[in-house]
Amino acid sequence: MRYIRPLSIEDAVGQLAGSAGLAAILAGGSDLLVRMKGGFVEPELIIDIKSIAGLRDISETADGFSIGAAVPCAVLGENAALKKAWPGVVEAAKLIGSKQVQGRCTIVGNLCNASPAADSVPALVAAGARAAVVGPSGKRTIAVETVPTAPGRTSLAKGEIIEAILLGKRAPRSADAYLRFIPRTEMDIAVVSAGVNLTLDEAGVVTAARVAIGAAAPTVLLVEEGAEALIGRKLDEAALERLAKVCAGACRPIDDKRGTIEFRRKVAGVLARRAAQTAYARAGGK
Amino acid sequence: MAGVAVSTTINGDTIEYLCQPDETLLDVLRDRLGLTGAKEGCGTGDCGACSVIIDDRLVCSCLVLGAEAEGRRIETVEGMAHGDKLHPLQQKFLEHAALQCGICTPGFLIAAKDLLAKNPDPTEEEIRFGLAGNLCRCTGYDKIVRAVQDAATVMKGA
Repeated sequence: MRYIRPLSIEDAVGQLAGSAGLAAILAGGSDLLVRMKGGFVEPELIIDIKSIAGLRDISETADGFSIGAAVPCAVLGENAALKKAWPGVVEAAKLIGSKQVQGRCTIVGNLCNASPAADSVPALVAAGARAAVVGPSGKRTIAVETVPTAPGRTSLAKGEIIEAILLGKRAPRSADAYLRFIPRTEMDIAVVSAGVNLTLDEAGVVTAARVAIGAAAPTVLLVEEGAEALIGRKLDEAALERLAKVCAGACRPIDDKRGTIEFRRKVAGVLARRAAQTAYARAGGK
Repeated sequence: MAGVAVSTTINGDTIEYLCQPDETLLDVLRDRLGLTGAKEGCGTGDCGACSVIIDDRLVCSCLVLGAEAEGRRIETVEGMAHGDKLHPLQQKFLEHAALQCGICTPGFLIAAKDLLAKNPDPTEEEIRFGLAGNLCRCTGYDKIVRAVQDAATVMKGA
């Protein structure tokens, strides 16, 4: 095994594309090192991306925010501007692991690990976040929901690296929220989860919405019918009922000891409803 | 496997070592540098017994490669006491009997040090939440929380 610490993203991409054996990207390592320790993966090359300029920064641009691939989740929680604009994304990222893990884990790692239960991913999908991808044939940006394709699998081609997550500029009266169900109070993997992102008009009518459900299918679900249930309405009981119903219906969950199919469906609806209420209140709706 | 040459700072001292590319910082500290304060409980980032502070961030040293320490500033439990003078947290852990078997104690001390550095006057809930990444199977946590509260009072007065 070799360990390298490239100083540019181009060098990292070149090394990744040119590797004959299995190459792994190392940012926080909170998934990679556990998998190496368990013998589930034996990389021939480890590419530590933390010394690449800009990858450890959160920058506020004319278009919104760019969160570098090596920014630990703890840093997201310390960024007041990001927290104000995207409270749901930040609260989701802050739910990952203990304080020790927070100091290392990243949202790009969470996305690329491609677990259906990843906490930050439904929030990012609801937020309409995009991933800035760099590869041997140049750069492209893709919707976050197109990255995971199955548990543990992504749509990234050989040599491609996500260098940042991009969050858009906020329209007035916009906010997001994320909720998950776990059987204990802290530090567990979501049994089911929901992210909701809303924009309201001056009268409190929802003008734009995105709803995402986690841990209820092989990949995160963007529930367009959930958004349709909210758009054009205030958050009245009928809209919330419809939201809960379509979210429950969209789930394709597994049945296991942590939650039955029936339980996951029901709770997906409940969480979507509550996350919508929180996002609505945060956006200034009454 | 070729060794990786690393130059880092541990408890204020410049330290140089050679390690294997897949060797964790925890293994480097314990097996190469003789700093056996950090313990291996789970090796997967769940128990916090291997906690150290890197560049003012609390982390599990079992989830860091030794090679990643290049140019960083690491604090371990060995750096807490000054000669014979214990850190207030160490003193209060003794006074409150906040340990039984002791395996988790270095991790708790480092995590509590990090907690009080960022929040010198934590509530009980903040202490319990802040130390939730450290597992103890003996004490039931209560004595640990009391010791940290008492140490916070002493440190504020200092």
